[in-house]
Amino acid sequence: MIIDRRDVSHGPMLLRQMLLIRRFEEKAAELYTLGKIRGFLHLYIGEEAVAVGAMQALTAEDRIVATYREHGQALARGIPAGALMAEMYGKANGCSRGHGGSMHFFDAARRFYGGHAIVGGGLPVAVGLGLADRLRSLASITACFFGDGAVAEGEFHESLNLAALWTLPVLFLCENNLYAMGTELTRHQAQPDIRRKADAYAMPSEAVDGMDVLAVEEAARRAADHVRKGRGPFLLELRTYRFRAHSTADPELYRTREEVAEWRQRDPIALFTARLRAAGTLTPEALTALEASVEAEIDEAVRVAEAGPWEPVEDLTRDVYTTPWAR
Amino acid sequence: MGKMSYRDAIRSALREALRDDPRVFLMGEDVGRYGGSFKVTYGLLEEFGPERVRDTPLSENTFLGAGIGAALGGMRPVVEIMTVNFSLLALDQIVNNAATLRHMSGGQLSVPLVVRMTTGGGRQLAAQHSHSLEGWFAHIPGIKIVVPAVAADARGLVLAALRDPDPVFIFEHATLYPVEGEVDEQAGPAEIGRALVRREGDAVSLITYGGTLGKTLQAADELAVGGIEAEVVDLRSLRPLDTETVLASVARTHRAVVVDEGWRTCSFAAEVSARIMEGGFYSLDAPVARVCSAEVPMPYAKHMEDAALPQVPAIVSAVKGLLTDHG
Amino acid sequence: MADFLMPILTADMSAGTLVEWRKKPGETLRRGDIIALVETDKGLIDIEVFSPGVLERIVVAPGTTVPTGTVLAVIREERPTGAPVTAITAPPPIAPILPALQPVSPPPAHPGPLLPAEARRKISPLARKLVAELGVDPATIRGTGPGGVIRREDVERAAAARAAAPAEQPRAPLDRQTRARQAIGAAMARSKREIPHYYLATTIDMHRAMSWLAEQNQKRAVEDRLLYGVLLIKAVALALKEVPELNSLWRGSEAVRSDAVHVGVAISLRGGGLVAPAIHGTSEQDLGELMRRFRDLVQRARSGGLRSSELSDPTITVTSLGERGVESLFGIIFPPQVAIVGFGTIVERPWVVGGQIVPRPVVTATLSADHRVSDGHRGGLFLSAVGRLLQEPERL
Repeated sequence: MIIDRRDVSHGPMLLRQMLLIRRFEEKAAELYTLGKIRGFLHLYIGEEAVAVGAMQALTAEDRIVATYREHGQALARGIPAGALMAEMYGKANGCSRGHGGSMHFFDAARRFYGGHAIVGGGLPVAVGLGLADRLRSLASITACFFGDGAVAEGEFHESLNLAALWTLPVLFLCENNLYAMGTELTRHQAQPDIRRKADAYAMPSEAVDGMDVLAVEEAARRAADHVRKGRGPFLLELRTYRFRAHSTADPELYRTREEVAEWRQRDPIALFTARLRAAGTLTPEALTALEASVEAEIDEAVRVAEAGPWEPVEDLTRDVYTTPWAR
Repeated sequence: MGKMSYRDAIRSALREALRDDPRVFLMGEDVGRYGGSFKVTYGLLEEFGPERVRDTPLSENTFLGAGIGAALGGMRPVVEIMTVNFSLLALDQIVNNAATLRHMSGGQLSVPLVVRMTTGGGRQLAAQHSHSLEGWFAHIPGIKIVVPAVAADARGLVLAALRDPDPVFIFEHATLYPVEGEVDEQAGPAEIGRALVRREGDAVSLITYGGTLGKTLQAADELAVGGIEAEVVDLRSLRPLDTETVLASVARTHRAVVVDEGWRTCSFAAEVSARIMEGGFYSLDAPVARVCSAEVPMPYAKHMEDAALPQVPAIVSAVKGLLTDHG
Repeated sequence: MADFLMPILTADMSAGTLVEWRKKPGETLRRGDIIALVETDKGLIDIEVFSPGVLERIVVAPGTTVPTGTVLAVIREERPTGAPVTAITAPPPIAPILPALQPVSPPPAHPGPLLPAEARRKISPLARKLVAELGVDPATIRGTGPGGVIRREDVERAAAARAAAPAEQPRAPLDRQTRARQAIGAAMARSKREIPHYYLATTIDMHRAMSWLAEQNQKRAVEDRLLYGVLLIKAVALALKEVPELNSLWRGSEAVRSDAVHVGVAISLRGGGLVAPAIHGTSEQDLGELMRRFRDLVQRARSGGLRSSELSDPTITVTSLGERGVESLFGIIFPPQVAIVGFGTIVERPWVVGGQIVPRPVVTATLSADHRVSDGHRGGLFLSAVGRLLQEPERL
C-alpha cells in the first residue's frame, strides 16, 4: 500500500484520530468501573482503523448508520468527545440529551443516525435513507456499519436485496471481528466468507484487512465511488479484531489469550505509528505532542461530562412526540 | 359531496397526496402491478409511475424500516403492510425504531411515516389471517394509531396522517372496504385524537371503533325499538385516545359498554374501561361492560367464527344486562 | 496516593470477590497492567490499572468479597492524572419523582353545606349500597371523600348519628330526633316491605337462671353484678351454633353465613330512638365480660360515642323490654340481618312441674325470621335451644 504523498499531514491526522478513539475508549472503561458510565459499554479498541479509514471516503452530506459499538464512528465523524462522554454519563448535554447512553449516539446535523442496539436493526433504516436520497436525486450516499453477527439476521438479507433491487446508494460496511458476542463466525455461518453473501444479491463486494488504516481508506474510497456513481450498493467486509471483551464484564471464555495476543501484534495504531516513523512522516516529538493533545482532548471531554446538568424529570415525556399532547 | 366506498375514499386521499406533495410515495407488497391486495392502490402505479408506487419483496421488517429511513431522509412514505397479521414481522422496526428514534435522539429526529394495515376477521380466513391487534400497537408510546370506521374518516385520517410529523398507523377493517359513505372530496384532514358521537342517546354509551361501528349502530337501533336510547361513540383514534369525549358521554348516560374486536383479555376495551373508571367513576350507575372477541384463535367454520366475534345480539344483551341488574 | 477500588464491571454488579493479586507491593504499574483477578456473577475477570504508579499497599486479602467501590489497594501515582473524577458506586444522586401522567379528572368540588342542592350526589357505589341497607337518608350525609364524595364511612357515621342523642351540640334536638325517627321509620318500613317475616314464640322457665344469677351476684362486687339480660344474650349466641343460618347476612340475592356471632343489643335512647350495636364475638365472651361490654355499649350509645363498626357488624339482634313492659315482643328484622330475637318482661306465672302447679318466673322468647333463609322448623329448633341453654345457666 502506498502512502498518499500528496499530503504529509494525512498520515498523522489518521493516527491522531485512531489515538483519540483508543484513549477515549480506555477512559470510558475506567469511568465505567467507577460507576460514572452505566448500562452496557462496548469498546472499539482494536478496530480503530475501520472507522477512521472508512470515514475518509465520506463527505459531510453523506449519512451514517452504526451499531451499539459506535464510539469510533462517532468520533471519526467529528462529534465532539465531550458530547459523547456526557451522553454516556446520561447528562442533558450529551449528544442525545442523555436519553440513550453508550449505545445510542445521534447527531442529526452531522447525519449520524445512531447508535442501534438491535443487531441488524440499522440496515433497513440505511436502505430507507438511501431510498430518500435517490428519490430526491441527491448525491449523498449512506454508510451502514454492522458486525459479523448481523449477517445472520433476516434484515441483513432483506436489506441487501432491496438495496440492490432498487439500485440504492448504500455502502454496507461489515466490521467482521470474528465474534458475535461469544459466538465465533464459523459457528453461526454456513458460509463464513461474508463478502460472498453479496453475490446472492448481485452486489459487488470486497474484503480488506481492517487493521491497516490505509488499506481500509483505499478500499472504502473505491467502494464509495462505485455507490456515488449510481451503480447501486456495495458490500465492504473489514476484517478486524476487538482486543477487549464484547462488553465490560465478559470473561471471554470463547477465545484464547493466545489468539488475542496474536492479534494484538497487529494493533492498527502500533502498525501505523511504525509505518509513519519509518517513512519519516512522524518524529518522536510529533508523536509525543500528538499523544499530549489527545490526552488533553479526553480530559476536557471528561470535564464537560462531569459538569453537565441532569435533564429535569419534568421533561420525561417531552420528546416522545414532535407535537406535545397529553391524553 | 357524494357517496364513495371506503376503499375509494382512501385511494382518493392517496392520489391527492401523491399529486400535491412530491415527497409522498407508496411502498408495499403488490401495491403497484397487482393493483393492491384490497384494490386500494388500484391505478396509482399507472398514474404516478414506479418510482412513487413501489412494489416490495416480502420483507416486511426491512421495507418498513426503509420507510423509517426514508422519512428520516426527508420523504413522506406511505408503507402498506398487507395485513396486521404480517406486521408481526415488522415489529422490531416499529417498536424499536419508529417509536423510539425521536426520544432516543433527544428530539433531533422525527419520523413522519404513515403505515396502512388491513385488520380484522369475519371472512373465514382462520387463525393467521384474522387478527385485530390495533390494541397492542396502541400500547406503545411514540407512535399514533387511527382506526377509521367510515369512508369520510378513511380519507380524512390518511390526509391527517400525512401531515403528522410522527409515525401514524392506520388500521382499516377488511370488511369496510366496499362500504359506502358520504365523502366530501374538498374536505381537509380529519383530526387525529378526536372521537365522534355517531348517535345520541341517554341510556348507555356504546363505545367502539373501526369494524364494529356498524354492528354497534345496529344494536342501538334494536335497543331503540325497546325504548332504550343508546349513545354511540366512534373513537376514530386509539392513540391518542379522546378520553374527554368518552367521559362526557358517560356523564350523560351513566352506563358504558365498550365494543372491541380484539380478544377480551388485555383488550383495548380494557384501557377504555380503566379510563372511564378513573375519570368517570362517580357518574357510573353500573360497571363498564365489554363486548369483545372470544379467547380463541379465529376459527374457520362460519358459525364458529360468528360465535367468536362480537355480534349485535351480544351488544344488545350487554346493555340489557346493565339495565336490569342496576337500573 | 490514590485508592484503587473494586470496579463496577457490569450494570448490576454490587460486589465482587478478590480472587488473586497479580502484582506485589513495590511493583511498578503501567497503564493497562492487570493488577488482580476478580470473580463476579459473570465469571472471572482480570482488572486493570488506569494510571501508572507503584503498588504501595494491598488492603483486601484474596478470597474476600467486598462491595464495589471498596478500596482494594493503594497506589503511589507518578503524577496527577487527568480531570478530577469522584468515584461513585451508586446511580446518580437524584431521586426521580415521577409526575402524575394520567389525566385523572376528580369529581367537581362539593359545594359545602350539609344538604347540597345539586341533583346528582357524588357517592361511591359501596356507599350507595349501604345507604339502602342501613336506611339512611342521603340528604343527611356529609361526604368527606375527594371533592366531597360520600364514602362508606360517611354513611356509617350518618347511621350512627341519626339515632344518637345530641350530647354536645346545642342544635335543635327536636329536629334531630324527628330526623332520627324518620330514618328508623324508613328502615323499618323497608324491612317489612322486602323481608318475608315469620314469627315464633316460646315460654321459658327462668327459675334456675334467676336463682343461679342471684347466687352469682352475691359473690360479686356491686359493680360486677350481672343482669339477667346477659344470660339471654349468651344463650342466643350459643343457640346460633345449632342453627347457624340464622346468623347470616343478606347480600343482594342470597344469605351469606357469618363465621363469628356478633349479637346486636337493642338499646333505647333517652328522647326516643333505638340503636342496636354489636358485642363482637358474643359466643366467646364469658358472662362477666359480656356484662362489662353491655354496660359500656349502653353508656356510649346514650352519649353518642358508638363506633361505626359496632353499628354495622351485628349478625343478629336481641331486643328486650326489660323490667317494664308486656309479655311478648316481636321485633322487626334489621337488614342485612335475617332474624331478630325478642324477650318480653319476666313475669311470674303458674307453671307445671312434676304434675304440680307452682309459681315460676317465665319469659316469652320470640323469633322474627326471614323466610327466604329459614323456616319454622329451623326457627323452632333455635328457640328451643335458647330455652334449653337457659336451664343450665352455669354453662353459659
